[in-house]
Amino acid sequence: MLLTIDRVQKSYPGGRPVLRDVSLTLDQGQTLALTGESGSGKSTLLNLAAALDSFDGGEITLSGTALSPLDDAGRATLRRQCVSLVFQQFNLIPSLTVAQNLTFHARLAGREDADWTGQLAERLGLSDLLTRFPESLSGGQQQRVAIGRAMAARPKLLLADEPTGNLDETASATVLDLMLALVADTGAALLLVTHSQSIAGRLDRHAHLAGGHIA
Amino acid sequence: MTGAVIQALFSHWRRHKLQLATLLIGIALATGLWSAVQAINAEARASYQRASDQLALGLYDELRDPSGTIPIARYVTLRRAGWQVAAVLEGPLRLNGRTVQVMGVDMVAYPALPAVTQIEQSETPPDPADMLTAPGHLLTSPELAEVLKALDGLPPILQSNAVPPDLILTDIGVAETLLEKPGRISRLLVLPEQPRGIPRLSDIAPELERVEASSRLDAAQLTDSFHLNLTAFGLLSFAVGLFIVHGTVGLAFAQRRAMIRTLRALGVSMRRLVWMIMAELTLLALIGGLLGLVLGFLLAGALLPDVAATLRGLYGAPVDGQMTLQPQWVLAGLAMAFAGTLLASGQALFRLSRMPLLTGAGLQSWRGAENGHRTTGLIGLILIAGGFVVGYAFEGLIAGFAMVGGILTGAALILPYLLSLALSAFQRSASRPVAQWVWADMQAQLPGLSLALMALLLALAANIGVGTMVSSFRLTFTGWLDQRLTSELYVTAADNRQGQQIAQWLDPQADAVLPIRSIELAHKTGPLFLYGIVDHQTYRDHWPIIASSDGVWDRLHAGKAVLINEQLARRSDLWPGDALTLKEGHTLTIAGVYSDYGNPTGQAIVSMPQLDRIAPGADTRRFGIRLDPERATEMAQALRDQFDLPRQAVVQQAAMKAQSLAIFEKTFVVTSALNVLTLGVAGFAILTSLLTLWTQRLPQIAPVWALGLTRAQLARLELLRSVLLAALTAVLALPLGLVLAWALLAVINVQAFGWRLPMYLFPLDWAYLFALTLLAAFVAAALPALRLLRLPPADLLRVFANER
Repeated sequence: MLLTIDRVQKSYPGGRPVLRDVSLTLDQGQTLALTGESGSGKSTLLNLAAALDSFDGGEITLSGTALSPLDDAGRATLRRQCVSLVFQQFNLIPSLTVAQNLTFHARLAGREDADWTGQLAERLGLSDLLTRFPESLSGGQQQRVAIGRAMAARPKLLLADEPTGNLDETASATVLDLMLALVADTGAALLLVTHSQSIAGRLDRHAHLAGGHIA
Repeated sequence: MTGAVIQALFSHWRRHKLQLATLLIGIALATGLWSAVQAINAEARASYQRASDQLALGLYDELRDPSGTIPIARYVTLRRAGWQVAAVLEGPLRLNGRTVQVMGVDMVAYPALPAVTQIEQSETPPDPADMLTAPGHLLTSPELAEVLKALDGLPPILQSNAVPPDLILTDIGVAETLLEKPGRISRLLVLPEQPRGIPRLSDIAPELERVEASSRLDAAQLTDSFHLNLTAFGLLSFAVGLFIVHGTVGLAFAQRRAMIRTLRALGVSMRRLVWMIMAELTLLALIGGLLGLVLGFLLAGALLPDVAATLRGLYGAPVDGQMTLQPQWVLAGLAMAFAGTLLASGQALFRLSRMPLLTGAGLQSWRGAENGHRTTGLIGLILIAGGFVVGYAFEGLIAGFAMVGGILTGAALILPYLLSLALSAFQRSASRPVAQWVWADMQAQLPGLSLALMALLLALAANIGVGTMVSSFRLTFTGWLDQRLTSELYVTAADNRQGQQIAQWLDPQADAVLPIRSIELAHKTGPLFLYGIVDHQTYRDHWPIIASSDGVWDRLHAGKAVLINEQLARRSDLWPGDALTLKEGHTLTIAGVYSDYGNPTGQAIVSMPQLDRIAPGADTRRFGIRLDPERATEMAQALRDQFDLPRQAVVQQAAMKAQSLAIFEKTFVVTSALNVLTLGVAGFAILTSLLTLWTQRLPQIAPVWALGLTRAQLARLELLRSVLLAALTAVLALPLGLVLAWALLAVINVQAFGWRLPMYLFPLDWAYLFALTLLAAFVAAALPALRLLRLPPADLLRVFANER
């Protein structure tokens, strides 16, 4: 199993519990949509799976590595090597060009592959935008760069938090199509947080988070 | 509505307390450093004015004998002939290891002295007759009175705040006794009301020379350059402080754009908003200004004693070492705080007032700022060019400062563009992703940090420039002292007769006895001291001549030529080959010009027989004695014993050099202090910029953290970034500092003091300053880096949160 979330608990500062004994598994090549109302803990669970945050109880195992014993450096290494992230706010690095953003994660992970990046740029329609900076791109273009950055690193697990939340319907469909196609081609697993039932319906599995539990 | 707007505006400061503190500290530092310099200048000028008013200095024409003192008989002759003159006898007196000036005046004839009037009008006035009859009284400042009370054998002392420091004012009869100059007068004041038909001066006292009041330089004129230099430094410190204000206000306004937009959407007019923000800035300027005044007052109080010592040592200017709080200083300081705050905030306020209602709330795009760098860089180039044009096209100290101002401001404006170019080049050459990101991120940070870096550039350039100037000066001065102070011993006799005895006694025992004889003449540039020298190899070998024609010494000793000091040469534009009229009928060709550092007045040298022709019978009380250096100590003691000379009347060369160097070092105490403070302010500017930019940093750092860098790595990179930017700025500050040093040595010094100094380079000093800069940048970045290191992941995750 690529990702195992086993009875994980997480509370916000002040003690309010957000996740109570949440369990979930995801295997290589699978896609899973995580839905839930605002404040239900979807993004928190995604952050925990990405080794971005620590949890209070239970265990998460990613690619055979348990996260709870890891220190800051161990978590960072795991993120670099196994996981890629796509955010609703794109979170590109504003000071780097599109080309530099595309290769950044792959180079950090030591897996830069110029051919693969070139193919990605081509498929994502970014070939003409490589020398531009993120601020000069539209929201749809920025999100395509974010997906390209994520996939260029050939991650085992792609975590996407509302990747189409800031996009219009057409751009949203394009971005989702591209992301699913790339995930299928590379054999990566996808955990996608979304509000949209129609998007959730396009993924292999669907989990709903409510009251801190998987419903 | 006003109350609600005020609440909204001030809520920003409640949430950004550090920003508020930074802004107030910026205003306080700018006002404080400027006010300190102004307080020192005002205090010194008030002292000169007090001295001038109290002693009627520079108000009346004077009669002087170029050969020395005036005999009392000549005074009687003039009075009997109807001349309304007042006698003054003055001279230095060594009391308990302290040199004070004694000024004895004829209390009946001398114009009413405020100090005397004040004492006479006090509640229990002393019998006026006491002031006129032996043993008389001494009038001194309360501080000097305390010192004198401990000494025996002095007449009774009256205290008066009206008497300048280190001065004993007394009746001329008392002064005769104290100075051991019975029957002698230093000068005669020509009173304004003269009877008609009095005989001409040339008929009854041909040896006396009338010196017009306007041709004498008073302390205020002499020290003008010194005060102007201080003012320039104060202005630089003020500008560096304003960089902090500008940066902080700019960021605060940028962060409040969303609030401003909302307020406008809710119906508050932009005009009202601008007025309210101006009122807010005024209040902040008032608070910061008051803090600055307290800081300035304390700083001035700490620095004033050294400044007073410098001014007394260098110019003989009477300056109190005590600070008094003057209302006009407070008002001027507050006015500077208001003007500075509005100046530093003007651009941000203007941009805010032009902001369209529906504009985005985000901060300014950094790539847009890069284009702005090109524009400001171009303005900077124009300013530098303008500075050089002004410096070369116009004469005078103001033009010199305008040139330095143009170069410094221009260079500061070019800095962001140059840094941007350098960072781009580094980014292009970087191959690793983190390195590439670091360079790119530094460039993105540049707009927010550029003001602090400009402040650092100015402070470093000032440090290198002033440091090079002072060190070059020290090196030149030391070499010059070696040339000028060649005699092993310097002796001062009590009078002319004793001088002759000493010369005779020394003749068989010393290698050479070189008389030092001088008279004071009037010249259009101020007082001119004319020295006579004997023909000796010592002068030919050592005298520090900087420009000469052929056969200098032979022509001088043939009575055909004169040597002049650099100050006189530059002020009068007189150089070898030109003619100088020393006195009517005594015009000589200038054979050479010599350096004469530290002397504020003009000086000339002729052969001894020539001096005797110009001023027959001038006293010879001082001698330079050449002898085996190993015998100097023994000979000094023998001279003291033989002629009952006080210790300070026989000075060894080493002691005189040490004394001269001590005065030199003291002169630059204030400069060094301001230098260090300016650098400190620049370091603080970096710290405050980094802290205020902190909130903007997270969205830039968080994605990189999410992609796999640890917080520790990011914290180290934050430190590296700050140190690298400071290092690049320091590298660029070096050439600017050297240009500044050149301007100070070749332009400002020449205009201010009348001498030009050679420029020496001190790479070790630069290395030290470079290391200090890196350390300052490291310390400034340490706090933000530590914050990053300890930042909970939850704070970084907020950057990615969808519901923000």
